[in-house]
Amino acid sequence: MSATGLHMGAPTGWRGWLLDPAPASRRQARFGRWYRGWLGLYRNGLAMTGLVIVLALVLVAIFAPLFANHAAAFTQTLTDRLQPVSWAHLFGTDELGRDIYARVIFGSRITLTIVALVSVIVVPVGLAIGLPAGYFGGWIDAVLMRVTDIFLAFPRLVLALAFAAALGPGIENAVIAISLTAWPPYARLARAETLTRRNAEFIEAAELQGASHVRILFTQIMPLSLPSVIIRLTLDMAGIILTAAGLGFLGLGAQPPAPEWGAMVSSGRQYLLDQWWVATIPGMAIFIVSLGFNLLGDGLRDVSDSRAG
Amino acid sequence: MIELEGVSVTYGAGPTTVRAAREVSFRIPAGDALGLVGESGSGKSTVLRAVAGLIPHAKGSVVINGRELSNRRPRESRKIIQMVFQDPYGSLHPNQTVDQTLSAPVAIHRLGNTENRIMAALTEVGLGREHRYRYPHQLSGGQRQRVAIARALILEPKVLLLDEPTSALDVSVQAEILNLLTRLRRDHGLTMLMVSHDLAVIAHICDRIGVMHSGRLLEMTTAAALSEGRVTDPYSQQLLRANQGFDASGGIIDVAA
Amino acid sequence: MSDGPVLTIRNLRVVYPGDDGDFRAVRNVSFSLGRERLGIVGESGSGKSTTGRAIMGLIPYPGRVEADEMRLGETDLTRLNERGFRRLRGKRIAMVLQDPKYSLDPVMTVGKQIAETHRYHFGSSKQAARAAALEMLEAVHIRDPERVYHQYAHQVSGGMGQRIMIAMMLIAGPDILIADEPTSALDVSVQQQVLAVMDEMVKRRGMGLILISHNLHLVASFCDRVLVMYAGQIVEVCDAGRLNEARHPYTKGLLDALPELGHRRGELPQLRRDPEWLIDLPAAVGAAA
Repeated sequence: MSATGLHMGAPTGWRGWLLDPAPASRRQARFGRWYRGWLGLYRNGLAMTGLVIVLALVLVAIFAPLFANHAAAFTQTLTDRLQPVSWAHLFGTDELGRDIYARVIFGSRITLTIVALVSVIVVPVGLAIGLPAGYFGGWIDAVLMRVTDIFLAFPRLVLALAFAAALGPGIENAVIAISLTAWPPYARLARAETLTRRNAEFIEAAELQGASHVRILFTQIMPLSLPSVIIRLTLDMAGIILTAAGLGFLGLGAQPPAPEWGAMVSSGRQYLLDQWWVATIPGMAIFIVSLGFNLLGDGLRDVSDSRAG
Repeated sequence: MIELEGVSVTYGAGPTTVRAAREVSFRIPAGDALGLVGESGSGKSTVLRAVAGLIPHAKGSVVINGRELSNRRPRESRKIIQMVFQDPYGSLHPNQTVDQTLSAPVAIHRLGNTENRIMAALTEVGLGREHRYRYPHQLSGGQRQRVAIARALILEPKVLLLDEPTSALDVSVQAEILNLLTRLRRDHGLTMLMVSHDLAVIAHICDRIGVMHSGRLLEMTTAAALSEGRVTDPYSQQLLRANQGFDASGGIIDVAA
Repeated sequence: MSDGPVLTIRNLRVVYPGDDGDFRAVRNVSFSLGRERLGIVGESGSGKSTTGRAIMGLIPYPGRVEADEMRLGETDLTRLNERGFRRLRGKRIAMVLQDPKYSLDPVMTVGKQIAETHRYHFGSSKQAARAAALEMLEAVHIRDPERVYHQYAHQVSGGMGQRIMIAMMLIAGPDILIADEPTSALDVSVQQQVLAVMDEMVKRRGMGLILISHNLHLVASFCDRVLVMYAGQIVEVCDAGRLNEARHPYTKGLLDALPELGHRRGELPQLRRDPEWLIDLPAAVGAAA
């Protein structure tokens, strides 16, 4: 194809293998597709910034002991309380003399745990409800959507308070409370995507071949709905992190002495004027991670839009 | 092979009722090709889909190969009758390779021997190994339509329905696909029902041609009669004239809303 | 108005950089347009639509448009930036696209859209614009202009929608109209009518018309001259009535490959694409006015 004068300068080597217009196996085809998507993301500076931040969060959380001293995050040294930023304590110390840098590093584990748990709950539940609602329509749609509406009606923090009152405070209950109020938009999104494709000709072709409804839902419709749901999730991540921080702020999330960022902001409030670092540093950590997810989500959406259009 | 009796399809109710097909009846002997021609809204695609069993609320009877088929078709019956759609891009799943698209029907009906069937289907429609793992957006319009035809034929049906199979294709590609369809019909003894708005294309493939308008089958004629202008219905004559290209002597009609 | 060509194009090139190398969508295209109906025919990927868009300055980044000469009357189109083109569009070059469903604003009445176009170009008052819009609706042979004025895009049929598009595009009195597959989405009987309306408007105003289409017979029956494009180049120029005397093997192959109503053949001769056709032709194949 490159000798015709229409295309000039085709790539070679492993790039050539990935971008090969005539793949020779399923693997090559699939990897080629992922690679082209990656190229789209790679070109977007802001999206790459977001990706770097998210990756940094994951790495820091996994390898936290390599970055900071675990003991420093929990040992209370009351003689050292409220020390400013110095070489000994990179971010200063909090009101109980604990090193804030270490606490922020280990706090990333809590943030990542919350993010991962909520994602793992919300996406499958949203798909499981939205896909059949859009596909079957009729009374199935009506019932499922009313259930969705009921859950949408709960304000997130109020539900978390109710849970804390019923089950006691803690991370697990915070995660459940957030998930219960976060899944409805995903169900709606999945339903909307399904409705769009419902009458597409390839669905008709699948019906014509005798494919069962389950097969059509799993192999045809779900792969098309998944991208928007994932993108929505990354964009929502900021909100989820903030909600978890909010719960922590109210004392409903991770319990002391866990270095949860929101709780750190809360306990640092009273020292805000003179010892600003106690509340501000964890606040900035929350901000940066939320921003990272936002930028990444935007970039993913741009890539997905350009491929669909 | 195909017998339609009084097929009617109505959408909506009350003031928004649309009678897409009204009492359409015709017969197609085995091995023959019948074409339905008409403009948009004539009901030709609706009739085709009713025959395919894609319209659950269609009325009237559809008998294929001696068996009356209800609107909800059992899986077995799907092997006898297959369809090629108009938009080659829309009829293939964008995230599935050609290989996946072709192996799906084989898996659904548990026919086995997948590898050979796929390669045979590809060869028969003029595609090669290099196309097997491509995604639809990496194929040209003509190649996609070939994949759609391969998918239809991989189940070895007796009846092939065609919904404007070449309307979205370039002229040169159209010729290739039309030749392919002619050859496949001959090689497999297929019975064909084809729908199009292009008289020349229909007359090329089909022996008999039905003219449809507003859901009704107005006239059943042959390609020969059509080309000699021997049509009785005034609408058919109008259709014939319009197919000849721009007529500078024709006046301009005012249109009302 | 001068007697010379309305539009002159010499060696137009449109290039899209991409992952697999540069893609030359249009190369050494040259032609001039007088007060005539010129047809550009080609299959998909031939570059015909890209040519039309290049003239209007509608090639999106990262595509690049270059030309030795691209002149509309006295205006040099190669030197225009987006602002310059915006002043030209509608006022001196107009474009009608394939599907009015997508070109008309769905939330505004069609009459208002036409009137807005008038106000944008002439700064007229609301009443004057409305009057002009009604006049245009009548000019495109719409019988009840008052009533159609207040309808929305989804309420009008395809043929009516195209007439409305023509009215909207011509209201500012452009010098040339580029119609890109204007009738491809319409039924055959309606096509005839829309083309007739376009023909009348173009003749009455002494405009030049470029009709871009994949339908060879339609273009041959409607236009005065035909340009045939393949792989980004013009491979043939001829008078519409003399299409059967075409010389380039691609044009002949294309004509042969079309099924004909009166002439049934068992197998249609398939167009054999000669890779030689892809080689850059010496420039100025279509330069003759």
